[in-house]
Amino acid sequence: MNQKVIGLSGDEAVAYAVKQCNVDVVAAYPITPQTIIVERIADYVNDGEVDLEYIPVESEHSAMSACIGAAAAGARAFTATAANGLALMHEVVYIASSLRLPIVMAIVNRALSGPICIHCDHSDTMAERDSSWIQLYVEDAQEAYDTVIQAFRIAEDPSVLLPVMVNLDGFIVSHTLQDVSVLPDEVVSEFVGKRQVASIDVAGKTVPMMLHPDNPLTFGPLDLFDYYFEHKRQQEEAIKAARDVIKRVNEEYYKISGRRYGDGMVDSYRMDDADIAVVGLGSTMGTVKEVVDEERSRGLKVGAIRIRSFRPFPVDQLLEELSRVKVVGVLDRSGAYGAPGAPVYNEIRSLLYDLDKRPAVLGYIYGIGGRDMPPELVKSVIRDLENALEKPPETKVEFIGVRE
Amino acid sequence: MKKGWREVPIGGICWVSSTEYKTGTWKTYAPRIDYEKCTNCGFCWFYCPDGAIRWNGEEKPKVDYDYCKGCGICAHECPAKAITMELEVK
Repeated sequence: MNQKVIGLSGDEAVAYAVKQCNVDVVAAYPITPQTIIVERIADYVNDGEVDLEYIPVESEHSAMSACIGAAAAGARAFTATAANGLALMHEVVYIASSLRLPIVMAIVNRALSGPICIHCDHSDTMAERDSSWIQLYVEDAQEAYDTVIQAFRIAEDPSVLLPVMVNLDGFIVSHTLQDVSVLPDEVVSEFVGKRQVASIDVAGKTVPMMLHPDNPLTFGPLDLFDYYFEHKRQQEEAIKAARDVIKRVNEEYYKISGRRYGDGMVDSYRMDDADIAVVGLGSTMGTVKEVVDEERSRGLKVGAIRIRSFRPFPVDQLLEELSRVKVVGVLDRSGAYGAPGAPVYNEIRSLLYDLDKRPAVLGYIYGIGGRDMPPELVKSVIRDLENALEKPPETKVEFIGVRE
Repeated sequence: MKKGWREVPIGGICWVSSTEYKTGTWKTYAPRIDYEKCTNCGFCWFYCPDGAIRWNGEEKPKVDYDYCKGCGICAHECPAKAITMELEVK
């Protein structure tokens, strides 16, 4: 495949992908560290490089609302935000997924206020984890580009019809220049196609699931106790169905690009004979892989599992991989204040409960508010896990990298 | 028997057309047009937020009481003061 290699930051890579994906409507409001995405898309529109309707809205609440209107009218819609922008959007985030509109949104992960902080952690998207949006976390700018393209295919799959968040770490990925291989426009255009609208049975007729005067439909009516529960039950089925679609799209994308990310759900690294697994999300897992190589060279059987799809959660893959190890270290870049541990840790502990022989699971909360996670700190985690191999620990969730 | 989750259309979309909802039952006050005063200007048709004024530009406008929610905007905007809001008695 004839691919160009260009220097792009994570934000620019997202914008470049959006330019190629036959998007009809972008409604967005700038917020650090996402701003470059909306600026670049605005440049493309201004320079006539892309044919889409760009709506400069007055807030993120309006950005998502405009995307909902556009998607309900049959358009392919995209937006991007971060942290407090996502929080302001919260109400409509749930509405987008409950109306089953395949919107794609890039989130540049940033700590939620307060106190005010513009740097990376995952508190913003973890606050949306139960919104029935698909959440994919990427490791670098290349994956951000690739995942935005895949996201439209996943969201619009007739068995799914749910919106997708593509999450990239603020500044670490969003503002760091990287060699990114980009596909030719026509290849991406063919891969994503034009937005296909699903069909729905209404009033004895099968009609396109979109707002159109020929087939008047009611989107977003009052549901109450009569049917609300049934609609929520459908959402669970749809997000479960997304597991197979994420895997399939990962493979199909591999055929056109030569790039894939594990099986699409998890990206496992040197896990084959591992006694110790380090599990986490996002860019930190790149550092973890480097440290795993070092530790392997001195004979420690350690591997890494990067959860790419946090929603839907990779239940089968993690059960299979983690049932074979003795100790699991879970890295969380957000807290769950007052809970037994942080979000990823809680999921994994719960998942492993049914195993006859459970590995020890240790939790590490790191990188809050953009605090650095250097290789030395990863090494100290692996040292801790190595000690746990010898001596099974008490339940442990620790804050690392915070000053005592 | 109400439908189960496998039978209900997804996305909370109603399985009857939106035109089936006669929202006109919501109103407390109904607009009445005095055709002696009406100048056929079309303001009521322009301003109605629910598209509940029927007007073809030639014959004088009619209120579609099936969908009129009784907001009174037409009466407020009518330059000829030809529309009054009357309490609905059922």
